[in-house]
Amino acid sequence: MRAGYIFVSAAFALLAGGMAHSALAQDIKIGEINSYSLLPAFTEPYRKGWQLAVEEINAAGGINGKKLVVISKDDGGKPADAQTAANELVSSEGVAMLAGTFLSNIGLAVSDFANQKKVFFLAAEPLTDAVTWSKGNKYTFRLRPSNYMQAAMLVEAASKLPAKRWATIAPNYEYGQSAVSVFKKLMSEKRPDIQWVDEQWPPQGKIDAGPVVQAVAQANPEAILNVTFGADLVKLVREGNTRGLFKGREVVSFLTGEPEYLDPLKEETPEGWIVTGYPWYSIKTPEHDAFLKAYQGKYNDYPRLGSIVGYQTIKSAAAILAKAGSTDPEKLIAAAEGLSLGSPFGEITFRKIDHQSTLGAYVGKTALKDGKGVMVDSVYKKGSDYLPSDAEVEKLRPKD
Amino acid sequence: MAFYVVQFLTGLASAASLFLVASGLSIIFGVTRIVNFAHGAFYMIGAYVAFTLTERLSGAFGFWGGIVMAAIAVALIGVIVEMVLLRRIYHAPELFQLLATFGLTLMVEDIVVLVWGPDDLVGRRAPGFRGAVDFFGQNIPSYDLFLIVLGPVVLGILWLLFQRTRWGVLVRAATQDRDMVAALGVNQKWLFTSVFAVGVFLAALGGALQIPRDAVHHAMDLRIIVEVFVVVVIGGLGSIVGAFVAAVLVSELNAFGILIFPKISIILVFLVMAVVLIVRPWGLFGRPEAAARKTPGLTVNPWRPLTSNERLAALAALAMAATLPLFAGNYALSVGSEIAIFVIFAVSLHFLMSVGGLASFGHAAYFGLGAYGIAFLAKMAGLPMIVCLLLGPLLGCVGAAVFGFFAVQLSGVYFAMLTLAFAQIVWSIAFQWVSVTGGDNGILGVWPSSWAASPSRFYWLSLGVAALVTVALRIAVFSPFGYALRATRDSPLRSEAIGIDAKRIQWTAFVIAGTTAGIGGALFAYLKGSVFPDNLGISLSVDALVMVLLGGVETVSGAVIGAIVYKALNIWLVSQTDLSKLVLGGFIVVIVVVFPKGIVGMLEMLAQRRSKASPPGSPLLAKPIGSAE
Repeated sequence: MRAGYIFVSAAFALLAGGMAHSALAQDIKIGEINSYSLLPAFTEPYRKGWQLAVEEINAAGGINGKKLVVISKDDGGKPADAQTAANELVSSEGVAMLAGTFLSNIGLAVSDFANQKKVFFLAAEPLTDAVTWSKGNKYTFRLRPSNYMQAAMLVEAASKLPAKRWATIAPNYEYGQSAVSVFKKLMSEKRPDIQWVDEQWPPQGKIDAGPVVQAVAQANPEAILNVTFGADLVKLVREGNTRGLFKGREVVSFLTGEPEYLDPLKEETPEGWIVTGYPWYSIKTPEHDAFLKAYQGKYNDYPRLGSIVGYQTIKSAAAILAKAGSTDPEKLIAAAEGLSLGSPFGEITFRKIDHQSTLGAYVGKTALKDGKGVMVDSVYKKGSDYLPSDAEVEKLRPKD
Repeated sequence: MAFYVVQFLTGLASAASLFLVASGLSIIFGVTRIVNFAHGAFYMIGAYVAFTLTERLSGAFGFWGGIVMAAIAVALIGVIVEMVLLRRIYHAPELFQLLATFGLTLMVEDIVVLVWGPDDLVGRRAPGFRGAVDFFGQNIPSYDLFLIVLGPVVLGILWLLFQRTRWGVLVRAATQDRDMVAALGVNQKWLFTSVFAVGVFLAALGGALQIPRDAVHHAMDLRIIVEVFVVVVIGGLGSIVGAFVAAVLVSELNAFGILIFPKISIILVFLVMAVVLIVRPWGLFGRPEAAARKTPGLTVNPWRPLTSNERLAALAALAMAATLPLFAGNYALSVGSEIAIFVIFAVSLHFLMSVGGLASFGHAAYFGLGAYGIAFLAKMAGLPMIVCLLLGPLLGCVGAAVFGFFAVQLSGVYFAMLTLAFAQIVWSIAFQWVSVTGGDNGILGVWPSSWAASPSRFYWLSLGVAALVTVALRIAVFSPFGYALRATRDSPLRSEAIGIDAKRIQWTAFVIAGTTAGIGGALFAYLKGSVFPDNLGISLSVDALVMVLLGGVETVSGAVIGAIVYKALNIWLVSQTDLSKLVLGGFIVVIVVVFPKGIVGMLEMLAQRRSKASPPGSPLLAKPIGSAE
């Protein structure tokens, strides 16, 4: 059995690899993890976003005079691999904090790791409410508006619709399940007269769109809530268009206004859906203009929502590090709690009570313009307006 | 009523897409016995190439011409793959080709992103089939009607091809008995190449025809590959009609199932497959496989226990591995622990595959059950770590006992697919039963007690358990039980004649392997501090297969090396490059070509050659046995 020899030499190789990386001591390092190989449509713009942020921060003198370095790792879409990466970043790269992640289960896995190893973690994208509430911990902060917040924003518009018979279509995993349940709960509070006539739960990434569309049409709802995105959304929209599902029906849809998901639809874009998203072409604020100019100047491409998330994640991380003036996790937490800073969407604050940022989202309607899908009548909804009361949040979140 | 008719037609349209891809897979398997994992990759390339062509070429002719040209182009790629890669390894152990096609699939997933970019691509609608047909107030897309017609047409063409041409006669003959076809002087090389080309053509056509209704993206292959395997197995391997019936069955059950249970889609095909295989062990239209002439898994060198020198060497290697914490950092130790855990997992599957001749495609189920066992005991019952580690793997043991009982009634690929079905059923329970398992958000906070919490202690724990497990399984291999198990693998008839109860022996082996995997899973839960449905998933089962095949399926402990090499490389590549799949896939393909018996198998062969050259070598090694039967 030669097992041991190779085992040891593999270990040596890993060790050597670890040593080669020991960077300059005066740099401040952030460890970044995301599903680069699994979700390139989101993570490519995301990477461009944070690279732009790093460049800007270092051009402006770094963090309290020290150069910022981001070490980025792929998690392949697997929680276990994300933890391996987190471990490498913390143990052998010696990063000051962890940041990133897209999928909810990966966000939770890294957040649990951070809690166990007492490392600061800034979750970028994972939407599940559990990250800041039911499974929240003191080391974890989150940038993006959660499921609850996006649902609340959509409910505000949806509850004004006359429709009484609603059907839901959502991918069958935690994100879809919790989006539907929050939406239903908030909707039914505002509109007790609503009936939920059908629900469809296609497996994520594997929707058999024809039968799903037909089944929803059969229930004859007046309005539909959609939570699918990506390739599933494309199939759903195409089948729905052909079969006339959306004709005469209101549709409310999570995330569909994000360029990542809206742009592929091209001339098939359904009109008049109420969506959350990112209409980069129609935001006219100085903060966003500056970001847009810098982004287009560097990449010669337009930003997606992922770009904003990546950019703002590193900007926030840098602001936290600068304010703390230290890489000690306890000081980072103290600095992050209640920290306010600018973003392309305006000022955001990391709440002390649940470590959720008040970054908001744009809500608008889809429209077809020159053969391309766009969001019109977009309004920015501040995250702080769509969170439950402090008393409720305290009940939701375990005590640290 | 109109609604049900339309729902039925919609189901038929889904069935037609599924059938095109499945028929190709079925033909390839029937003739070449290759479990073509890359079939989904060819489907995906078909869609990408067709997207490019249909965007470039204009008009109706451009569209349909583009679709057909794409399928032909991909079929040519298939021919190259067959001639350059697969031809070299037809004589490798069973399932080794799976490793090669798996490597290809990994590469393709990265290549399409490099070539076509990361965004989802939405192609043109089919000219002439843009709209819908009104059927008593219900709309049926005309493209669906086109697909509904196309399915049976393809079936008819294939039927004619197989029944009315000489090529078809040869293909059918080879499906039934390829040794006889070879004995009669048919040039198998070209027969295999042409069959592979036809199969790939059908896969690519299936992919290309998705353009008007789907988005083209880099994960299309995984979405389809498992499903078509299931369809092929339900229908009966090598049976085209079976594949058609199975595709219709699965699609219709799904179309109507979601009306009653909207969450059924996630598990439906696997439920159907499990039921069909338990009732009809060779699928709906399959026939029992002809008795193999060659002994399956025939070892060139008979297995023997380690000599005392080799034992000392192994012990020294273990001792060296145990010194790792003296000089390595925390990260290296965690990686070391992870590798040790995967050694446990891989040797457990290796025991089943190489000693028992039973290749499981769902071995992660028992690994994951062990992990969930820990999570339940630690989080809900609040038991201390030692108790959890002792009791947790029992969940894997129970799972293996229940599923193994049904699975060992089958053999070969049907056995493999039934284990896959069971694994997927367990996975979907973990995924769906949110109140108990936490669904896909998993169970968090399963961290080791303080006595094992430091990375070095946990490493020693994992290493120790891995060594114990490997030794225990080796002892089992050379015990009377191990000999009986090998007898059932090498010759079912003879072993039965000398009074071995094959099913009981195999069932016992299955339970041993499942429990061992559970031990690995238990440690894994503590290493990661959390448990997710991923721990039961297909990709983990495939990883285990790859480790065993990489090490060498005809060896006693090759999986140890396979696990170390694969896992270390995987972790290292993922950390170093975003193109880890491309590099890892390329590495696997190279390994397959250079070491067609796996790494350890090849080393053993070299050692054997050397000892033949020097006369005082071991007498056992000097006498390789050719075809024994």
